[in-house]
Amino acid sequence: MLLPANVFAISPKEIMAKSEAAFYYQGRDFKARMIMKLISAGGQERTRELTMLRKNYGPPGGNQKYFIYFFQPADVKDMTFMVYKYPDRDSDRWLFIPALNMVRRIAAQDKRSSFVGSDFSYEDVSGRNVNDDTHSLVREEKLGARDCYVVKSTPKAGDVEYSYKLSWVDKADFLPMKEEYYDRRGELYKVFTADEVKNVKGFPTITKRTMKNIQSGHRTEVSFTKADYNIGLPDNIFSERFLKQPPRRWID
Amino acid sequence: MSFKLKSIALAAALILSCLCANALAGDVSLGGFLQGNYSFDIAQGNPDGGNFKWAEERVQLKLDANKGPFRVFIKTDGFHDWTDQDFNAELREGFVEYTANKWDAQIGRQIITWGVGDLIFINDVFPKDYEAFFSGRPLEYLKKGVDAAKFGLYPGFASFDVVAIPFFTPNVYPSPNRFWIFDPFPQVTAREKEEPPVSLKDTELAVRAYRQIAGFDTSVYFYRGFFRQPSPLPDNFQTPTRLTLFYPELSEYGASAQGQALGGVLSLEAGYYDSRQDRSGTNPLIPNSQTRFLVGYQRQLWEDFTLGVQYYFEYMHNYSHYLESLPQGFSPEKRYQDLTSLRLTKLLRHQTLRLSFFMFYSPAVSDYMLNPEVKYNFTDHIWAALGSNIFGGGNRSSQFGQLARDNNMYVQVRYEF
Repeated sequence: MLLPANVFAISPKEIMAKSEAAFYYQGRDFKARMIMKLISAGGQERTRELTMLRKNYGPPGGNQKYFIYFFQPADVKDMTFMVYKYPDRDSDRWLFIPALNMVRRIAAQDKRSSFVGSDFSYEDVSGRNVNDDTHSLVREEKLGARDCYVVKSTPKAGDVEYSYKLSWVDKADFLPMKEEYYDRRGELYKVFTADEVKNVKGFPTITKRTMKNIQSGHRTEVSFTKADYNIGLPDNIFSERFLKQPPRRWID
Repeated sequence: MSFKLKSIALAAALILSCLCANALAGDVSLGGFLQGNYSFDIAQGNPDGGNFKWAEERVQLKLDANKGPFRVFIKTDGFHDWTDQDFNAELREGFVEYTANKWDAQIGRQIITWGVGDLIFINDVFPKDYEAFFSGRPLEYLKKGVDAAKFGLYPGFASFDVVAIPFFTPNVYPSPNRFWIFDPFPQVTAREKEEPPVSLKDTELAVRAYRQIAGFDTSVYFYRGFFRQPSPLPDNFQTPTRLTLFYPELSEYGASAQGQALGGVLSLEAGYYDSRQDRSGTNPLIPNSQTRFLVGYQRQLWEDFTLGVQYYFEYMHNYSHYLESLPQGFSPEKRYQDLTSLRLTKLLRHQTLRLSFFMFYSPAVSDYMLNPEVKYNFTDHIWAALGSNIFGGGNRSSQFGQLARDNNMYVQVRYEF
């Protein structure tokens, strides 16, 4: 052998960059209507139903805009939420409160904050900059029927609540099939699972997912009731005007 | 029309609009809530001897119907008030909306909120209900709708709101039956309100132009209309027997900006209040012209814990004229007024439990208002809030000092559907 075996192999960082592209950046734009169930250890359920619109501005890993409209619960119906995501700095976030007809910027320093009280963080919803972690390939193994890379990602800065994450990334479509988050004591505390993958307009899409907090027993299940790509979302949707008057054509 | 008749008429109007909406076969949604809201005086009782600042059961119905570019939105309340032993109804909002590509219009009763202040309003010149705010009612009741035509214009380089308000709506201030409020003419009971008439000349006009500049949401504002706080005009100063409460003419010019800075959200707002009926400042009954300024900063300190601070400053123009013309026996206001605020909010238990603390404190007159509150969402449909409003400091005529005997504790319970 003249060449080392790993010359043609993909690097762990490339795996995670491809995974980010497959999970958070597919298509020029994306729309999903979803039901999010927050389930306590005791079995009490709370339901959020929302539509998320996303549009890419630049290549995978680049800027994005998100628009979220809430159908349920009743006390947040018609509430809208908008994020301009920048990979290298804090996002801009706006919230519209219908009862006051008021649009407000909201402070957004902590990307690990819970998204609407769920077990998903803002980063889990809109992605984490691949450059914020160091990545190493732990092993390659089958998860169910899928061949996966198992990548360990360790945050470079100590500003997150976990010490490292293991990701099972499908070798074929690069979607994360499972993630394990380990806390600062090295103990497993959160597990993400992709429970259903469907092909939507040629894009493999995780249409059911769960994030479970192992330590508290609380979990959040998300299922997409509608999903679509490249629907031609206009730029002006991501504006104060449409926060106040949610565009029915795009959110139903 | 009696209150009961009004309620029936409103209910009929609502049902009729439901039927119309159904006939249109568009997209119709109906929602609302049932609510109990009770605020107990924890100081010395009300001026009229009662103990409740507020006590009511309320039902709200919200109808939202769409068909093509048209939308009808109706939000109407019916309530039973224990302090007045009365049933009543209130149309909170009710408008027709038309949406085109580059413009839209809303005609009817609507709530409009402008500016970047947190409970401090400079360019939000629209009506407020301060009685609701001081009584421990849900925050949305601080805002009152205006009966107006609003046009939104979106030519691309900026966006514009143009609002014409033919029907004047004053602010609501705490009732003297329930609140110990300062009254400069306590001996005069004959009082008459004189609202601006409905006419083209007296139609209020409010304009806002806004766009993003360097990552900041920036707006400029213009308003031509009236102060919403009445000025008292006595028939004579020495021995007044009759007061006319009137709303002086006002023009307002302002600007605001809000965006990320210093690791948080920075808000800036300023406005010039042109008191058109007293530009020289020589009429002591009409507010002098003023310049107002606000700076605010909000930051998430750690997960689900945010801090907000503000400083507000108000400067009276032609102060020497004001002093010279002030009748004997009246204590003068200061040339500068200011106000600071602090807001702390902590969310717990998957954001279903909210602990909040809000404080106003004025360094200029040393009065304050404190509002701690606990709110819990028992289920997706039921929430309750328990809180308190504490006032003090300053003097008997200052904004919060005059309410020093009006401390209250409130509970709000709501079932939403």
